[in-house]
Amino acid sequence: MSSLSRDEVAKLAALARIEMSEAELVNLSSQFGSILDAVARVQELNLEGVKATSHPQPMENIFREDVVQPSLTPDQALSGAPAQEEQRFRVPQILGEAE
Amino acid sequence: MALSYDDVIAKYEPVLGLEVHVELNTESKMFCSCSTTFGGEPNTQTCPVCLALPGALPVVNAKAIESTIKIGLALNCQIAPHSRFARKNYFYPDMPKNFQISQYDEPICFDGFVDVEIETDEGPKQFRIEIERVHMEEDTGKSLHVGGATGRIHGAEYSLLDYNRAGIPLVEIVTKIVPGTGKYAPEVAKAYVAELRDILRGLKVSDVKMEQGSLRCDANVSLRLIGSDVLGTRSETKNVNSLRSVERAIRGEMIRHAELLNDGKKVKQETRHFQEDTGLTRSGRSKEQAEDYRYFPEPDLVPVAPAAAWIEELRAQQPERPSLRRKRLKEQWAVPDKEMAAMINADALDIVEETVLLGADPTKARTWWLGEISRIANEKELALTELSITPKDVAAIVALVAAGELTDKLARQVVDGVIAGEGTPSEVVAKRGIKVVNDDGALMAAIEKVCAEQAETADKVRNGHVPAAGALIGAVMKETKGQADAARVRELLLGHLGQASN
Amino acid sequence: MIKNTAAQMSASLAKGEITSVELTKLHLDRIADVDPKVKAFLHVDGESALNQAAAVDADRASGKKLGPLAGIPLALKDVLAQQGVPTTAGSKILQGWKPPYDSTVVAKLKAAGVVILGKTNMDEFAMGSSTENSGYGPTFNPWDLTRTPGGSSGGSAAAVSAFEAPLAIGSDTGGSIRQPAALTGIVGVRPTYGAVSRYGLIAYSSSLDQAGPFGRTVLDTAMLHEVIAGHDPRDATSINAPVPAVVAAAKSGDVKGLKIGVIKQLQGDGYQSGVQARFNESLEILASLGAEIVQVDCPSFEYALAAYYLIAPSECSSNLARFDAMRYGLRTGESDGASAESVMNSTREAGFGREVKRRIILGTYALSSGYYDAYYGSAQKIRTLIIEDYKKAFTQADVLVSPTSPITAFKIGEKSEDPIAMYLADVATIPVNLAGICGMSLPAGLAEEDNLPVGFQIMAPAMQDQRLYQVGAALEAALVSKWGGHLISKAPALGGAK
Ligand SMILES: [Mg+2]
Ligand SMILES: [Zn+2]
Repeated sequence: MSSLSRDEVAKLAALARIEMSEAELVNLSSQFGSILDAVARVQELNLEGVKATSHPQPMENIFREDVVQPSLTPDQALSGAPAQEEQRFRVPQILGEAE
Repeated sequence: MALSYDDVIAKYEPVLGLEVHVELNTESKMFCSCSTTFGGEPNTQTCPVCLALPGALPVVNAKAIESTIKIGLALNCQIAPHSRFARKNYFYPDMPKNFQISQYDEPICFDGFVDVEIETDEGPKQFRIEIERVHMEEDTGKSLHVGGATGRIHGAEYSLLDYNRAGIPLVEIVTKIVPGTGKYAPEVAKAYVAELRDILRGLKVSDVKMEQGSLRCDANVSLRLIGSDVLGTRSETKNVNSLRSVERAIRGEMIRHAELLNDGKKVKQETRHFQEDTGLTRSGRSKEQAEDYRYFPEPDLVPVAPAAAWIEELRAQQPERPSLRRKRLKEQWAVPDKEMAAMINADALDIVEETVLLGADPTKARTWWLGEISRIANEKELALTELSITPKDVAAIVALVAAGELTDKLARQVVDGVIAGEGTPSEVVAKRGIKVVNDDGALMAAIEKVCAEQAETADKVRNGHVPAAGALIGAVMKETKGQADAARVRELLLGHLGQASN
Repeated sequence: MIKNTAAQMSASLAKGEITSVELTKLHLDRIADVDPKVKAFLHVDGESALNQAAAVDADRASGKKLGPLAGIPLALKDVLAQQGVPTTAGSKILQGWKPPYDSTVVAKLKAAGVVILGKTNMDEFAMGSSTENSGYGPTFNPWDLTRTPGGSSGGSAAAVSAFEAPLAIGSDTGGSIRQPAALTGIVGVRPTYGAVSRYGLIAYSSSLDQAGPFGRTVLDTAMLHEVIAGHDPRDATSINAPVPAVVAAAKSGDVKGLKIGVIKQLQGDGYQSGVQARFNESLEILASLGAEIVQVDCPSFEYALAAYYLIAPSECSSNLARFDAMRYGLRTGESDGASAESVMNSTREAGFGREVKRRIILGTYALSSGYYDAYYGSAQKIRTLIIEDYKKAFTQADVLVSPTSPITAFKIGEKSEDPIAMYLADVATIPVNLAGICGMSLPAGLAEEDNLPVGFQIMAPAMQDQRLYQVGAALEAALVSKWGGHLISKAPALGGAK
């Protein structure tokens, strides 16, 4: 029986940038046992020597020529912006790390 | 307790690791067709892809792949027959997708090396820097911090984002750990970055302007007790933006680590930021809880599998390695060490070589470019290549002087004229009516006139006081508007006044 | 007229029996009439649809050569970007967002003169099998309004089965076209991965997503398939090859001498008896038409669901990271002094629904260091085994078949509290997605026990999409002549149908 503790869920939620109430954390943690049991079935087979497939079609080397095409206008680029100033996206203060 | 550098190296051995990010000079971005031109109005070089609008998809720029393979070959790397892009997941407002498309366990180039030479107490010594990997990724947007002091991120009320730089192709070059440099660690690091810069410039794949951020260095430093083989904790100094800063940052970090260790404290594994003004580093993000980037193969892109024949074609096109080229030119041109260093410092090697290839004498070509032309460039605050005088012009001027059609002094006027945009050297000569006065009759007339005007000085010379002739020669040159050959004037003047001319 | 097939409408338009504006108006009226009950649409743009229709009529009047679907109305799943039209992927986090660009599918529809009526409801970001996970409320199954139409393309499937549109576009990541087609008694095709451009398709799971057509007949579906398929240089995973001749195949419909493989693992336990009965009946019909029925074994399919529920959440945890309140979409929690990070946290909490959060967390876990090999890595290896199973099976048969869904349309609310039960709805459709091949669901009749539609699934190798239509058309023709009409004509009337 797999499980994921409330604290583990909280850590994952922080990594995924989703605020969660205490109730949500507890609820999700209780649901995760059966979900993890279901997906953990992938570990039942002996997969030694089996190649991983990350892309269903066997394709490679798909490139584009280095040619400039028109960009969006700044109005279009900013059309969905929750806030803007001086033709830039305005975002709340970025804490922690300098560039 | 402030330690001296000598104290540090007496006790500790530095271990280096260098990560260099290079912006490629492609026309379009890494995964979309927006322009990469520097300095555009904010958010004018963006599209659904580089803004990460819902539904948009990346497509790899072929030129970026080619440039990266060229870099790998120049750094003696293996080129992977099969490599992949991966997503590096972390949230940051300057990165629209909140993941960076990069490469992880399957980089396109790996296992290379670069040899650098530095001056040591025992003479020139070579160090080999081993390259772990060279991989492709994309740059982030630029944030402008508003409301805080000095536009810094700390204390800012909000930030403004411009995504013109988001998605510019980046190549990351990562060294293996570099032990064994001892007290020369800062110089070796600087020489390595300089060598990289020269190699990249020779490949013409990047503008390599550290001050504009197209070449950026992150320096990892740790110390271990001499004789120990246990690695110390490292700090990672970000975005060191000049060659001099590379040296200063490493020296500074070595001293800072040693002070901590001597005091029995621990070095924190963290990101630090180099401060140009103080030469010190400031603490950034702590890596105590290492970020979990959740790398996985980028499902929107397919593997890169460069054909062996293509790699060989690119290998055959590789330019001469900068260090070998310098050695070759130094020998061919018989340049003394000091002048060679000056030429490299002035970034004049290419332009001088081109001039020589057009037939100019190497010494003359070098003297013109590093002398008069450099002086004018400095005055105008321009690079040599930004002046309107070309190697072809300089070769022509050198040829005119050699043919006796110009004196050095007249040639300077021609250089001025060409730089002022008056045309080719022969056009300037024609327009300005510049001409060496070769007519002995005309010169004698001028000499007689000057000797009459300055009879007293002329008598001194007649009486054997030859050095006094200088003033008379000067006056004759003035009389002939500088168009006379000074040597011939001297010869004729001394003869006129009854003195031997050598 | 609205109960005609798209092919019939096309003929009427060509003959001048009706204009596209008239046809569009009839459908807009039908939407006004029944959509309050069905709730297939999130956004209907009548004015723009009528403008598009008028433009096609004008082109036709001027003698311009038009494609077969010019002037035919269509319902578009809200997962595809359409310039200037609200596009939400069924999520609150994108409420009101209007893309400044067209997805390639939309560009192709416009170029073909197809009239886009509006955007249809879906499980949020295509995560679900019932359309109950929409941020804007569920869609109801036209066959029984107390039941779900399946999902995630439930809105598109319901629109077509309720005669609100003759054609619709959906997307299929784990069965999201085929399963709702099955549950609403229509035809739905998930094309080969890479056959239809994903540019502008809001990503759920990049290596599994594929847009595809819905229609009430095999031929209609083929006609739409041909319009939207084809290579796109803006999608690096798009296949650079000619579009398979699906319309020709739908018109031929001959299965004589064809080998049809029944997948042992996709039947039996967990499959409703009425579903199994209709499936077996269809097999008998195909045999009577001259096909050879063989049994094939795909042992690793048993692990397909587990692999899917690792791969899709992992990719979605990364794909959905861009919804962060910085550049577009919802922004909440912007109190004084709030940091960008806290605004991201609070916006994603408010903007994402329960299932989306569940999958993001699951995917974040499966990709995190220390768990990658055990979960994501193993799932990618299972994927290889499934591809190998298919390869082997396709050496024994030209197409493979199974029931599309193990059950018929379920009640709204019945599975919404039990994620695992909901995940099982896709057990028969998921292997196709993992292998990147193509699949079709077409109506096989009604289950005796509940009188609800049953879907018959056909699978073909990559870029052999025409085989789906060839077999589908043969089976459809036999069933229609047996029933005396298309199955959809048996659907209950919803209102004052014109
Ligand atoms: Mg990097
Ligand atoms: Zn762009």
